[in-house]
Amino acid sequence: MGILVAVLSGFVLAFIAPWLTRWLGDRVGWVIALLPLSITVYLLTYIPDLADGGSVHYSFAWIPALDVDLSFHVDGLGLIFALLISGIGTLIMLYGGGYLHGHHHLGRFYLFILMFMASMLGVVLADNLITFFIFFELTSLTSYLLIGFSHNAEDSRYSARQALLVTGIGGQMLLVGLILMALVGGGWEFSVLTEQADVIQDHALYLPMLILILGGAFTKSAQVPFHFWLPGAMAAPTPVSAYLHSATMVKAGVYLMARVNPTLGGTDIWQFVLIIFGAATMFLGAYLAVQRTDLKQLLAYTTVSSLGTLTLLIGIGTEIALKAAMVFLVVHSLYKGALFMVAGTIDHETGTRDVRILGGLRKLMPLTAVGAGVAALSMAGIPPLFGFIGKELVYEAALDLDTFAIALAVVAVASNVLMVVVAGITGFQPFLGEEKETPKHAHEGPPSLYLGPLVLGVLSLGIGAIPALVDTRLIEPAVGAVAGEPVDVTLYIWHGVNAMLIMSIITVALGAVLYVGRDQVRWATNQTWSLGRIGSEAVYAWLLALLDWVSKTQTKIIQNGYLRFYYLTIVVVLIISALYPLSVYGDIRLAGDLNDVRFYEWGVVVIVILGALMAVRAQSRLAAVAALGTVGYGIATIYILYGAPDLAMTQILVETLTVILFVLVLYRLPQFATLSKKASRVRDAIIAGTGGLLMTVLVLVASNERFYESISQFHAEESYPSAYGRNVVNVILVDFRAIDTFGEIIVLAVAGIGVYALLRLRLWEDRSDQ
Amino acid sequence: METLMAVLVGVLFASGIYLMLRRSIVKLAIGLVLLSQAANLTLFTAAGLTRGSPPLVPEGGDMPPVPFADPLPQALVLTAIVIGFGVLAFTLVLVKRVYQTVGTDDMDEMRSTDGFKD
Repeated sequence: MGILVAVLSGFVLAFIAPWLTRWLGDRVGWVIALLPLSITVYLLTYIPDLADGGSVHYSFAWIPALDVDLSFHVDGLGLIFALLISGIGTLIMLYGGGYLHGHHHLGRFYLFILMFMASMLGVVLADNLITFFIFFELTSLTSYLLIGFSHNAEDSRYSARQALLVTGIGGQMLLVGLILMALVGGGWEFSVLTEQADVIQDHALYLPMLILILGGAFTKSAQVPFHFWLPGAMAAPTPVSAYLHSATMVKAGVYLMARVNPTLGGTDIWQFVLIIFGAATMFLGAYLAVQRTDLKQLLAYTTVSSLGTLTLLIGIGTEIALKAAMVFLVVHSLYKGALFMVAGTIDHETGTRDVRILGGLRKLMPLTAVGAGVAALSMAGIPPLFGFIGKELVYEAALDLDTFAIALAVVAVASNVLMVVVAGITGFQPFLGEEKETPKHAHEGPPSLYLGPLVLGVLSLGIGAIPALVDTRLIEPAVGAVAGEPVDVTLYIWHGVNAMLIMSIITVALGAVLYVGRDQVRWATNQTWSLGRIGSEAVYAWLLALLDWVSKTQTKIIQNGYLRFYYLTIVVVLIISALYPLSVYGDIRLAGDLNDVRFYEWGVVVIVILGALMAVRAQSRLAAVAALGTVGYGIATIYILYGAPDLAMTQILVETLTVILFVLVLYRLPQFATLSKKASRVRDAIIAGTGGLLMTVLVLVASNERFYESISQFHAEESYPSAYGRNVVNVILVDFRAIDTFGEIIVLAVAGIGVYALLRLRLWEDRSDQ
Repeated sequence: METLMAVLVGVLFASGIYLMLRRSIVKLAIGLVLLSQAANLTLFTAAGLTRGSPPLVPEGGDMPPVPFADPLPQALVLTAIVIGFGVLAFTLVLVKRVYQTVGTDDMDEMRSTDGFKD
């Protein structure tokens, strides 16, 4: 039960948050942060259960008829993600209150971000595929609301839509992929499907399933070529970016890949795809990052790079690589969350995020500077910070590969060199050197702003110095869950002198050199290659414009405002779509014996036909109404002749009323005039004639075909014994099919109300005229 | 007789469709009447026709004497006639209101609410 409360309480608090904010004002963050804090503490109690590869499973029946249970599964992988979400969430709730201090939509911010947090917890703890998917989509939806938080700004709305479209399309692919996986594997739970890995991987549908699920993961985790939405999402307020676009939402795709790794992973195609896309994303993200001057853009592109690294590591899939992935996941969340918050604080206090005009802030904002410095050192991979351990493991994983080890190691070093540069630019440059003139005069922010970076910095430092704090407790169960078998994880800060250490030294040395020449690096990279602007984002914009154009054009054609063309379309489509089945299945021959038709029957039919033609040809309104009357009474006669006295009576009553109604209305309307051109009359006549012919054929076919015995026999037999009525038609109406008759009465009542309303409307207008 | 009725249904449908394709809103209403008559007859005929024996249970009997006209399509058509009348009444009042408000009976002049505008 506890886990259900932990996941769903966020949704409950979300809807209370706006009132809380109204009541408590800016201090509300300190109260709201208590929820994620208590979730974090609660989650920590699971650590003993997970030792030795254990896991805890909860299931609540939800839609049992469809095999959809609200089932949750706490294992090492889920726990490590959930702790990051609730832990960093705690700091973000505090930070948001300080950052959006006095913002008139602060309550709305908490509404959205709490819903997001709860959805995210649902994603990483769900076991049932459908439950997982619903939470996964909820994160897309809530992040749309968060990115578009400043909804008055156009770029904000554009970015929000872009993020929603890209992740939404991925979500649709994911849904199909998950369904395929469930059908092939014969179960709707991740924990069940893990057992079916062999069946799933040998199935013919493995490849489509893999492509679809990876489509969901790649779009969510901003892998090349879908990376462009993430830097765009920086239009969100910084607390949102710090939370969603560093530590949580973008990692949902990584989580997904880690989660299905025991089920789908380990094949050649899995390795190939993940390594290629991961490595490309890793390098491209870092390369595009150093081109930027905006703090948040710099951080966003390095996030893309880090997501690539995680994909790459999961793709390599060896024990060491998975170990590296889980360590790097924690490392990255800690430093990137801190650096984003620092970027927001700088923006908040100085009024700019442009690194070219920032400098010397260490004296004005000492505590923020400490947080930033520690985070940047971790990002650069300097011992004894946790980032150092993470980077060593990444290198070890790359070198461990059988083929392409050297190539991959070179790409990894190159990306990390650029990361060192960005770490310097974002974590050191604003605080070092001469104080510069900024739009606002900077000073240290309130505790809510510097607490986050400081806490995360302390964690990076503490875990780095004493990795034994987490290795067996958190990392080991997580790696075990991703690998699908228990593994042993012991982390050391000092490995002795080996290849990884040498690569690390090269990385930091080259990074330091490039940091010193950062302006030249920025200039040079901007000259060469800016795939960010001409690549997939341009394709996205072009597709969107195309969609706009298509919908405009087709609306102009289809919705032209001429009722008769709509009607014409319906009739023509009906004719065309009926032609094929009629020509294939229709047994068209005459029904009944024409010689059997009596002379008065001929007479009635001819009169009705003449009436109909007269209604068409009539030049005066009264003649048309008279013709209608002829048709109606003629048909009533046919009903009498063929054993339907009830129909005849109703028809005669209704016909009389119809004629009266027509006469009442018509004398207020203008004379008939020939409005249309001769050509369109001919066209309409041909189409109407074809439609009529089609109906004739249909009636003939229907009279000759009988697929099932009529159920009328039952009605006739039971009419008197069961329902005590001698008129079978009446018994059907008021007894056997009474509900239908009830529906009919409602239709009449609605029509009556409509008529009354339209007439009253006139009275009201008349009165207002006086 | 079914063949003859099929021809009649065809003529009624053709007249109804033709009238509904006119620009005059009154002709549209007349077409609507013809169309619903045609639909009723289709239903009535398609089930097969039985001359002169309504589905009534005689005094003392348990069932209508065979052969009797199929009661089910009759029940359906009865419902359809009544609903058709409801729809027609509403249409006619609407036609009248439209003419009063817009001042024309030409539907091509009434596009302002539906035509697509850039």
